[in-house]
Amino acid sequence: MSDPAVRPALVVAVASGKGGTGKTTVAVNLAVVAAARGLRVQLADCDVEEPNAQIFVKARIEETTPVALARPKLDAALCTGCGKCAAVCEFNAIACINGRVVIFDELCHGCGACWLICPENALTDEPRNVGVIESGSANGFRFIQGRVEIGEAAASPPIVRAVRASLGKSDLAIIDAPPGTTCPMVAAVNETGFVCLVTEPTPFGLHDLTIAVETVRELDVPMGVVINRADIGDDRVQRYCADERIPILGEIPHNLRIAQAYSRGDLIVEALPEFAPLFKGILARIERAAVR
Amino acid sequence: MKELIVISGKGGTGKTSLVASFAALAGRAVLADCDVDAADLHLILDPKTWHRESFSGGKEARILVEECIACARCQAVCRFGAIRYDGPPSRTIAKTYRVEPIACEGCGVCVRFCPTDAIVFQPVVTGEWFVSETRHGAMVHARLRPGGENSGKLVTVVRTQARELAERDQCDLILVDGAPGIGCPVVASITGADMVLIVTEPTLSGLHDFERVHALVRHFGIPALLCVNKHDINPAISERIAATAERLGVRVVGTIPYDTAFTRAQLDGVSIVEYAGSSTADHVRRLWAAVARELGNGTAPEENV
Repeated sequence: MSDPAVRPALVVAVASGKGGTGKTTVAVNLAVVAAARGLRVQLADCDVEEPNAQIFVKARIEETTPVALARPKLDAALCTGCGKCAAVCEFNAIACINGRVVIFDELCHGCGACWLICPENALTDEPRNVGVIESGSANGFRFIQGRVEIGEAAASPPIVRAVRASLGKSDLAIIDAPPGTTCPMVAAVNETGFVCLVTEPTPFGLHDLTIAVETVRELDVPMGVVINRADIGDDRVQRYCADERIPILGEIPHNLRIAQAYSRGDLIVEALPEFAPLFKGILARIERAAVR
Repeated sequence: MKELIVISGKGGTGKTSLVASFAALAGRAVLADCDVDAADLHLILDPKTWHRESFSGGKEARILVEECIACARCQAVCRFGAIRYDGPPSRTIAKTYRVEPIACEGCGVCVRFCPTDAIVFQPVVTGEWFVSETRHGAMVHARLRPGGENSGKLVTVVRTQARELAERDQCDLILVDGAPGIGCPVVASITGADMVLIVTEPTLSGLHDFERVHALVRHFGIPALLCVNKHDINPAISERIAATAERLGVRVVGTIPYDTAFTRAQLDGVSIVEYAGSSTADHVRRLWAAVARELGNGTAPEENV
C-alpha cells in the first residue's frame, strides 16, 4: 500500500459478517494486551458509519483532519444545458432537466467523469468535506478513527481508505472493520496481513460468517475465527470452521459481567482481568498465522 | 398502504428477531429483508422461493491487452487507484495496464478517455433477489455477492418489488427488515417510508448509534419510534436513552428484557412469539400493538387521500 519504512509491520483487521457480534470488543482488547506486551500499536476504527471503539479506549484526540472528496461544482453562467454530464454519470448523480443541470451530491462518487467531459468547463471539481479523521493517544497506543458525515451515502469506502493511509510506522495495527461484506468492509480488510472474524454460535451468526469467509477468501488474506458468547447456541460454527479448515482463535464465554462491562464502555481486560489471558492467546495465534 | 422499516444504528440489536415476530402478529403483510449484506430473516421464516432474478449493481471496466498501448491515460483519470501497470504483455508492448476489480467503482471514466478504445465496460452480476412464500405471507429478499457493489440499489429493488406485491395482493402493510448503519443501504431502506422503528440496546455504543441513526432519519424527515431491547442489562443507560429519545421527540414504544429465549427460538427456526414458554413474547406483542397503533395514526392526512 505505502512505503514499508513508514507502514505498520503487521496489519490485522477485525471483521464480522454482521454487526453486534463483538468486533469492537475484540479489537480494543487486543490493542490493549498488545501494548501491554511492549509492542508499538495503532488501533484504527474503520467502522466509519458507527465508530464505537473510542467509547472504550477513551483516547485523547489530538488531531482532527477533515476528509474532502472531489465533487462537481456548476457554473451556471457557462452551462449550455447540453446534458453530456448527466449522460456520462454512472451513478445518476446528475440530471439535466429542460437544459438545467441538477447535482445530487449524496449519490456522487467523485469520479470526475462530468467535469472531464464538460465541453464548456462549466463543471469543475471542488473538494467538499464528507467526514473526518481523528487521531490521538490512548493508554499505551495510538488511536485513529474515521467518521462519515450523516447523509453521505457513498463516502464510507474513501474514508476507510483515508484512515488506513494515515497509519504510520508501528509493530502492529489493528483495524476495527465495518460490519457486513460490501464496499466499506472490503476497503478495510483488503491488503491486510490477517483477518480475525468475530461471530456468534447461532444460525444468524453462522450464516453471516459463511458470507464473510467467502469475501475474505476472494481477498486472499489468511483468517481465523473468534466465537463470542460461545455458549449461547450450538456447535454448528465449530463444525463449519473444522470443515473449512479455519482456525478458531479463541472463544469468549457468554457472561453477564462482560455484557455489563461492555454496556458501561469498560475494557474487558481491565474490568475483568481474568479474561486477559484469553485475549493474549488470541493475539499470539494471530501473530503466528499472519502474513507480514 | 403503510410501510414500516425496522432499523438499528448497528447490527445485532434484535431487528430481525422483532421483524419475524411482527410478521407472525400482523397476520397479513408483505415482508422485505433489506439487510442485503447479511440477510437473516429467511432463517426464521423458511421461505419457499418461486421467483429469482439476478441483479447487476453496476459495470466493471476491463482492459483488452491487445489494444492497450500503455499510454497511461486511464491511470491518470482514475480517481480510485484501480488501474495498475502490471498487466500482461501484448504483441506490441512488454507490459500493459490492467483494472483491479476490487478497487474499480465502475464509473467508466477510463473507458471514455482511452484513445484506442481498449477498455470494455460491461454490467457485472453482483447479487440476486427472490420472491418467496412464507408461513406469514409473501417475502422479498436478496443476496449480494461477497464484496458485491451497490447494495443501496439492490435494497431499492427489494422495496420496489415488495410494494408491487402488496399492491397486487391488496395487502395494506409492508414490514421491512432494514439495513444497519447510516450508509447507502440504510438510506435506500428508509427513503419514502411511512415510519421507522429504531431498535437499540442500553449500552454506550447503543446510545451513540441511536443518536446517529436518528439524525439520519430526521435528515429524511421520516417519523421514528424507538424500542429498547435488552433494557435490563443496564437500567441506567436505558434511562439515558429514554431521556435522549424525549429530547429528540422520539416515542419509546416498547422495552424488551434480555432473554436467551430469543436465541433458543432462533435455533428452532421460529420467532419468539411462536416459541412456547417465554414471557418475553408478551413484551413483543405489546410492542407490536403500540407500533401498529402509531402506524394507523402516524402519517399526514394528505397521504391517506
